[in-house]
Order: sequence, then structure tokens, then C-alpha cells
Amino acid sequence: MNASLNLFTGVAMGLNLLALGSSRIPSIIRAAAMQGMVIGILPLLIGSHMTLLGLLVAVGTIGIKGFLIPHLLRRAMRSANVDREEEPLIGFVPSLLLGAAATTGAVAFSGALPLLPEHSNVLLVPAALATVVAGLLLLIGRTKAISQVCGYLLLENGIYLFGLLLINAMPLVVETGILLDLTVGVFVIGIIADRIQRAFDTLDTRKLTSLHE
Amino acid sequence: MSATLSTIAEFVVRVAFWMALAPLGPGIINKVKAWVAGRKGPPVLQLYYDLARLWRKGVVISTAASPGHIIGPAIAWIAISCAAALLPIGPFGSTVSFRGDAFLFIYLLAVARFAIACASLETGSAFEGMGTAREVSYAVLAEAALITALITLSVRTGSLSLSGMLTPFAGSGVMLIGAGLFIVLLAENCRVPFDDPNTHLELTMVHEAMVLDHSGPPFAAILHGSAIKLLLFAVLLADAVLPGLHLGGLGGMAVTVLALGIIMVGVGAVESLLARFAFRRVPLLLITAFLLCLFGLLAAWKGSSLQ
Repeated sequence: MNASLNLFTGVAMGLNLLALGSSRIPSIIRAAAMQGMVIGILPLLIGSHMTLLGLLVAVGTIGIKGFLIPHLLRRAMRSANVDREEEPLIGFVPSLLLGAAATTGAVAFSGALPLLPEHSNVLLVPAALATVVAGLLLLIGRTKAISQVCGYLLLENGIYLFGLLLINAMPLVVETGILLDLTVGVFVIGIIADRIQRAFDTLDTRKLTSLHE
Repeated sequence: MSATLSTIAEFVVRVAFWMALAPLGPGIINKVKAWVAGRKGPPVLQLYYDLARLWRKGVVISTAASPGHIIGPAIAWIAISCAAALLPIGPFGSTVSFRGDAFLFIYLLAVARFAIACASLETGSAFEGMGTAREVSYAVLAEAALITALITLSVRTGSLSLSGMLTPFAGSGVMLIGAGLFIVLLAENCRVPFDDPNTHLELTMVHEAMVLDHSGPPFAAILHGSAIKLLLFAVLLADAVLPGLHLGGLGGMAVTVLALGIIMVGVGAVESLLARFAFRRVPLLLITAFLLCLFGLLAAWKGSSLQ
């Protein structure tokens, strides 16, 4: 069980780096969507959560994070007619190296944490930390609103991974609520992106830093 | 005394085999490319004909060049051949193996690159300088990935010799190492996403620009050296990834030949399906190779505690 769990969390960590290294917005969206699907499967692999509710939550997570949210983002991108190429504040190579350093650091750091014995030999904690850092890097280092949303999604994926540690204590309904919030959030951001595009003729968030009458 | 003599004899025979078989690699790649494009393509033995033709030709040397222009390719040729002889080949193991020969292997490859780069700068042409600068700047990143891959294998097996670190199955992270080494193979041998061996457009040439002033036998040495280098990286990749390579006897030999064939066909397929990358995207791909090897290292390091 742990082997397949580690394989999936490893793939999720790899997708972080894919999102950090890709220069086009559609591929960042794809990476975030694939990561959402990969971590959606995880609750089924931990312990005995092969119940009907667990299955429903997993299917819901995969459906919303893997298909609905990417669809909303792609539609926002189409309607706002944005430039697909990214102009990063932190370059692709530096952000890849920072992401890799964060991943390595997370693996080393989680070895020093006093974890429960059943969590000490799975990669959930390092994956959660690395995903949160990757999401922050995307939020800080990219200028286009839609790729910042992808950073936000990665951040949420990292928190979800951390939440999986508490899966025995926290009911899955909480996860469902978070999922709903996330969907509504992305929906609203899609509308805001459209408004930004209409008002400023670009989705570059650097234009939003100065005040105008 | 006789043991030493037989070792020397085996070494010579092995280097001869490497030299004789190496030009097949580019032939197979070109055949695959032609087949994908629906052409008949040059014969598989084309590089042998080219080498024979170049060997009979005279040498044109710039008046600005010192003897280093000729000596450089010779040094590179010998260094690459020695590096190839250090590498264990599947079921046959290696002739010469000692603690730390992995370092010698990396340094021999670096010496070869340094010798060719120096030789190409001899003529004082700005164009060669440009090609050399590009080639060396790719090589810096590719070398980092190669060294990380060898460190990973060394950490896995606790051995510092090539035969020790390549003989056992690499275990977890083997896919990462395999992918990283394949990208290094493409970069080190100037294959497509990095450099187009067929291009003769001045703006985009990398390796071809570097060796443009060489002709005749020195150029033949460069071409033959790069063919050996291609086979060398293919053998390294197959050794690092495939456990079946060490079956011994006929089975191991068949697996070796099959693996090398698959790698050459893979290079040909990549070359016909991908366009070369823009220069600014190349460092990203090489960093990716480095990171793949680094995560292989991480997996090897954590591997024992996660099992």
C-alpha cells in the first residue's frame, strides 16, 4: 500500500516541477489539473477508506480538480484572449531550482519531524511542504493572473495533502466543503480575470499595483 | 606476467571492438529517420565509407594554426576510446576496473571535449569560437547531470568503480536515472533537441560549427570519436537501467544488443518527431535532466528507509 502511495505522491511532486518549468499557461493549467487528479486518488490508498463516501469524495475531487476547474480556467483564458506565453518575474530555471531545493529540503526536514509511526515512511509530509512552496513560487514569480490562480491551486493541493494525514480524525465531508469553496473561488477568479482584461486590456497583474482615479 | 599480458591483450581487443562497431550507431539512427520520413536513406554502413574517404584525403591547415589543431582531435579520440574501454559491457564486465575509475571516466570525457574545443579555437576564426562557446555551455550542464547520475549509482551500491556501480540493478529511481541519462546522451552527442547534426545553417550550428575548420584524417578522428561517444553513452544508459544485462552468456549478450538497438532507434525516433529547441529553452531541458538525476539520488538515499 505504501509503495503505491509513495508512487502517487512522487508523481505529484514531479508535477510541481512541471508547473514551475513550463513556459505556457495551458501547460501550467494541465499540470495543476493532473496533480489534482493524482491527489484525488490518494484517500482511497490510505488505510480502509474504500467506503461509498470515500469513493464519492475521490470521484468528486478528481472531477472538480481535474476537469471542472481547468475547464473554467481555459474558458477564462479564451474569453480574455490572453497571451499564452509567460513573462516570469522569477525565471524558469531559477524557479525550477528553487522548487527542487524545496523538495529536497522537505524530504530532509520531514525526517526530523516527530511524525506518527504510520506516517514516517510515507512521502505525504514532504510532498505537502514541497507543493505548498511550489504554489507560493508560482504565486510570487508569475505575472499573469491565470498562472497565479494555478499557483493558488497548487497551494490548496499541498494543504489537501497535509490534511490526508488527519484522514482518520477529520471527516471527509470537510474536504468536500473545501472543494466547493475552491470551485466557487476559481469561478469568481475567472469572472475577475475577464473584468481585468476589459479594464486594462491585459491580464498582467503588474498593471494593478498603481492607483488611478 | 602472463596475466598482465592477457589483460593487455583483452584491453586491445575490446578497444578494437568498440572502434569497429561504433560507426554503426549513427547509421542506424539515420536509417530510422529516413524510414519515419518515408525515404530510403543512406546505407547503415555510410559512416564507414565517410571515414575511409576522409582518411585518404589531405589536410588543409590555416597558417594561423599551431600543431595543436591536429593534436587536439587525436587526444580526444584516444581519451574517448580509453573511457569506452573502462565501461563494463553487460555480461562481459570490464577489463580494467579499480576504485574510483568513475572519476577517470568523467575526466577522460572532459579531456576529450577540452582537446577538441582548443583545437577548434586554433584557427582564430570567430565562427568556431561561437560554436565552441555553445557546445561548452551545454556541456557544463550535461556534465552536472552525468556526475549526479554516477553519484546516485554509487550511493545505491556503495561502490566507486564503474563495474561495481553498474553491475547490480539500480532499484528505485531507475526510471528517473534512465530518463536523465537519455537526455544527457542526446545533449552530449549533439542530437536533435539540442543540436541538429544535419544543419548547415550558420546561425543554428553548434557542434558542426566547432569542427568546421577540420578536414581529412583529423576530421575522421573527430567523427569516429563522436560515434564511439554515442555508443559509450548508450552502453552506460543500458548498464544503469537494465538488470537483464548481467545474465551472462548468450542471453546477456542478446539483451545487450537489443537494448543498444532500442536506444539507437529511440534517438532516431526523437530526432524525427521533435524539432530542435530554441537556444533559450535548452538550459531548461538540461536542468530537467540534472533534476531527474538529483531526484534519483534522493530516491536512492531515502530508498532504504521507505521500503
